[in-house]
Amino acid sequence: MSSLETNPLDPNPLGRDLSALGRPKSMAARRIREKVIVGALGLAACFSILVTTTIIVVLARETWGFFQFPDVTLAEFFGGFEWNPLLGAEKHFGIWPLVSGTLLITLIAASFALPIGLIAAVYLSEYASPRTRATLKPALEILAGVPTVVYGFFALTFITPILQKISPGFGSYNAMSAGLATGVMILPIVCSLSEDALRAVPRGLRDGALALGGTKFDVSVKVVVPAALSGIVAAFLLAISRAIGETMIVALAAGGIAQITANPAAEVQTMTAYMVQIFLGDAPATGVEYKSSYAVAATLFVITFALTMLGQYILRRFREEYD
Amino acid sequence: MAKVRTTASRVLTNRVFLLACLLATSIAMAVLAVLLVSIVWQGWDGLSWKFVTGLASRKAKDAGIMVPLLGSIWVCAICALIALPLGVGTAIYLEEFSKRTRFTRIVQTNILNLAGVPSIVYGILGLTAFARMFGAFGTNMDDASTFGDEESLFFLRLPFGSSVIAGGLTLMLVVLPVVIIATQEALRSIPRGLRDGAFALGATRWQTVWGITLPAAIPGIMTGAILAMSRAIGESAPLLVLGGALLVYNAPENLMSDFAVLPLQIYNWAGRPQEEFHWIAASAIIIQLGVLLLFNGIAVFIRQKLQKPLQ
Repeated sequence: MSSLETNPLDPNPLGRDLSALGRPKSMAARRIREKVIVGALGLAACFSILVTTTIIVVLARETWGFFQFPDVTLAEFFGGFEWNPLLGAEKHFGIWPLVSGTLLITLIAASFALPIGLIAAVYLSEYASPRTRATLKPALEILAGVPTVVYGFFALTFITPILQKISPGFGSYNAMSAGLATGVMILPIVCSLSEDALRAVPRGLRDGALALGGTKFDVSVKVVVPAALSGIVAAFLLAISRAIGETMIVALAAGGIAQITANPAAEVQTMTAYMVQIFLGDAPATGVEYKSSYAVAATLFVITFALTMLGQYILRRFREEYD
Repeated sequence: MAKVRTTASRVLTNRVFLLACLLATSIAMAVLAVLLVSIVWQGWDGLSWKFVTGLASRKAKDAGIMVPLLGSIWVCAICALIALPLGVGTAIYLEEFSKRTRFTRIVQTNILNLAGVPSIVYGILGLTAFARMFGAFGTNMDDASTFGDEESLFFLRLPFGSSVIAGGLTLMLVVLPVVIIATQEALRSIPRGLRDGAFALGATRWQTVWGITLPAAIPGIMTGAILAMSRAIGESAPLLVLGGALLVYNAPENLMSDFAVLPLQIYNWAGRPQEEFHWIAASAIIIQLGVLLLFNGIAVFIRQKLQKPLQ
């Protein structure tokens, strides 16, 4: 038999190794491989659950340990207006000064970033020409990618000196400077997410409003923004929760005095800044000061977690569906 | 009843609003410009090859950023090696394999929640789980169990302490939700028809994913991965909690070495009262932003060159 005469029914006339070509495997083999792969991917998905569980367990256990110290009571932690864990013979662990410091910074940041971010988003989505959009969007993305420590440096070396020129009341550390820098940090988040929500509103709604004789202002503010409201609110909540959890800016520029004040020129300490102070300092790992940082972390976690959940709820519950 | 307004007043409102829009947008852009200019202003003179390759020093004019730069590379490499497979795997599972069960809904909600957890909380988790390993190997680092030669690349120490590997794993926790969400979006943008075609030819789900969906989604996944890594390279709060090793004189030799990273070095210099240190902090920021711009540039390039229209 010559080598040219081949059996036409032979599926592999050249005798090549077909396993590399994706030769059909038996159904059983395919099914087993499929099971193994799904199992492995499922385990990867479980890892994220494990992370959350571990965060909660670690924070709960250490916070429990913190409340076992004789200096600490639950009532003082949630009701006390004095946070004084390091200095003096008498230690006080009332969370409110740290919470108020955090809120002051967040308030300053939000009142800067939320209006400007939303209006810029309306501009980008409704008014700007495609070319303007194509230049401004990447600039916003750059702003979003800047590490937060850079904003901290900016607050300390640029915003604070300017504030001090404007009014001598501002110290070298103050809430205003850190709050403004935090506002600059969350601005791209607000703008970019609100813009996504605005652009998701279908064209037909705009066309309808324009056809009724509305100006661009009427269309954007009375039709598009209300239609995208759930997305905008979710964007606001995400930005606020970022501001609450921001660490490096406040650690550099806000100072270290835990006090309840509404004065933006005053030095304040936020929850995150306190944690940095403890973990950078040399407090013994078994001491009450050290453990207190876990209780602060647990408070921070609960607050941001609640904000995220609220944002998701609003997105699900109040989403306007147009299809 | 709504007040009837004249056309003139409505057009005027529109004009005023457009002005407000332009004002808000220019404020945002002006801030970006001022930020960049003020940093370049302070840091440009300090930039030199000597600064990039120099070692740590107590004097501002002799200090360099070689050690933190190498530390950043080590930590981000570890972070990427673990976060990318884990994140892409999770996303594939959620998008391609799972039916909409209770379990997947919980995982999905959980990932969105993890994305909102402040990074400093991940630092606490990393400190407890990786640096101390829940105290399973004793609470004192002097009693740590060691395996192998301290000079070798494969030196192992339990618990990890504030080492390169603990830092990389902690950053992995921070960027994991980012990778998952970006990959999910990339997979979702692949048209259904591609999958249906593969199924019609008798491919299993995994064959479809491996042969069709994943290759089509690669540009999107890579863009997301690069943006996640640029987040990791700029992150400093969790690493501050983890070790707070602010003065390290040697580049990492193995996974158990102490490390410094560039953002923490910037934090350290920016927090000092002397102005000279602020200047070199600004120089380091220029390098840091340069790296980020490079990352972003690669991401934009991939998005524009590799992404083929699939519709």
